[in-house]
Amino acid sequence: MSASVLYDAPGPKARLRNRIYSVVGIAAIVGFAVFVVMRLADRGHFDSAMWNIFNNAGVRASIRDGILTTLKVFAVAGVLSLVLGALLAVARASDHRPVRWLATGFIELFRAIPLLITIFALWVLFLTYKDDLGVVGENNGFWALVIGLTVYNATVQAEVLRAGFNAVPKGQVEAAYAIGLRKSQVMTSLLLPQAIRSMLPTVISQLVVTLKDTSLGYIITYSELLYAARQLANNTLVNEQSPYVPVIMVTGTIYVLMCLALSSLASWIERRGRRAKTGIKVAAAAEPVAEGGLGDAVPGAGPAAPLLEPTTVETQASPEPRDTDGPDEPPSKTN
Amino acid sequence: MNVLLDHWPEFREGFIGTIWLTLASGLLAMLLGVVLAGFRVSPVPPLRFFGTAWVTLFRNTPLTLLFLVIWFAVPQVFDLGLSPWAKALVVLSVYTSSFVCEAVRSGINTVPLGQAEAARSIGMTFFQTLGTIILPQAVRTVLPPLSSIFIALTKNSAIAGAFSVTELFGWQKLLSDKGFPIAWIFLWVALGYLVIVFVISIFFRVLERSLEVAR
Repeated sequence: MSASVLYDAPGPKARLRNRIYSVVGIAAIVGFAVFVVMRLADRGHFDSAMWNIFNNAGVRASIRDGILTTLKVFAVAGVLSLVLGALLAVARASDHRPVRWLATGFIELFRAIPLLITIFALWVLFLTYKDDLGVVGENNGFWALVIGLTVYNATVQAEVLRAGFNAVPKGQVEAAYAIGLRKSQVMTSLLLPQAIRSMLPTVISQLVVTLKDTSLGYIITYSELLYAARQLANNTLVNEQSPYVPVIMVTGTIYVLMCLALSSLASWIERRGRRAKTGIKVAAAAEPVAEGGLGDAVPGAGPAAPLLEPTTVETQASPEPRDTDGPDEPPSKTN
Repeated sequence: MNVLLDHWPEFREGFIGTIWLTLASGLLAMLLGVVLAGFRVSPVPPLRFFGTAWVTLFRNTPLTLLFLVIWFAVPQVFDLGLSPWAKALVVLSVYTSSFVCEAVRSGINTVPLGQAEAARSIGMTFFQTLGTIILPQAVRTVLPPLSSIFIALTKNSAIAGAFSVTELFGWQKLLSDKGFPIAWIFLWVALGYLVIVFVISIFFRVLERSLEVAR
């Protein structure tokens, strides 16, 4: 940290001050941690008996099944949301106005509604009409969760891909039309591959969100990891109390590790993409900044439609870089 | 239609509950997030570590799990006797603060180093540099992500409804338990959220326009 925007390189006084702050900071953090651990230990949450439950085959099996169920939901919903997202992105860039409007309406609607509301509504729907739909038992929760996750995440992924379309240099699209490619060919062989390539880190970051949101299954009592953990803590008694703290610690660790694995994959792809000489700029591995409500997800991204029509090229002079300190003054004469 | 008319008071309560919860947690998350961002860019290693740990932990934990933590684990350490509403407020603020922290930090980092150095070289104090050079520019960059964060917060507040806090999801749950057709309830609840989300994005867009800076 030699030069940061906020601080000058520290001199002797500042170094001393920073050292004092460091000591105080460490003391405060360690003190708080020790306090929490002591309190938990007093309540008996660190007794061997409490943690011994994880040696029980049944407990292990239920945690394992929870993880597998969560991963199953995540896999199905992740794949479906990517497929639907690509479809929506293409539909939003369609030449046909009704198609474009439908896609836009769908995206705006389901992006603004909390995922939980959608999942819950689907769940109730499936429960109400289970005889007609033929969805029974556990499948009820599974499909409610998967379809809810798919619909919501597809809208976000669609916006991410659309930003990717807009990042492709316009000249390429014009060139493609010039050599006589059809619109579908431009889409499939030029825009989609590059959009996916450049947006991969952001797409994966959104998949992390998808993975986290599988835990909403808890609320519709579907037996994914979180619900399995809750049941586990409810149904076991150690020394007259339920082992909530150990179970939450273990479950939390599992979730954090799963999400971190995905996040670091996204960051790694981003770094790799920065090094690659493909000429495709890679997006940041961060949750997509999508403005809800009615508007473009990406600032400056207009309707994507004109991009896909053969347009006449207008050479635009790039706007002059503006000085940040006002207009230039003519040099004053010095005699 | 009847669903809404017959249960208008509950709907109104749920709607206002969502707005209150979002506003309160939004403010708290802003405060926490800015403090954390300060930690993360500070020249003090333990504070930096604390900020990083906080962000890593809360960004990679499902919100539902955090609700379970404050419901079942936190009372084991110190029982503050919080109401469900206050618990939801704490969880949402803590969770959202990690996202706010990252947004603010990246905003600060977009200000060119040369400008800060120039400010220091003409003898501006730390607070002058912060107030006149860095913040005005950082704020502008932070607005779009913040808008997203607040919209996400609005949607996340629905989870509080599952934990017995009065808000729109609670209304949906209540009425579907009573056996009303889910499609209508869903429609009205969705509309309620659409209105809130729309207002937030308009608000931020107006802010962005008025705080335009030249780069």
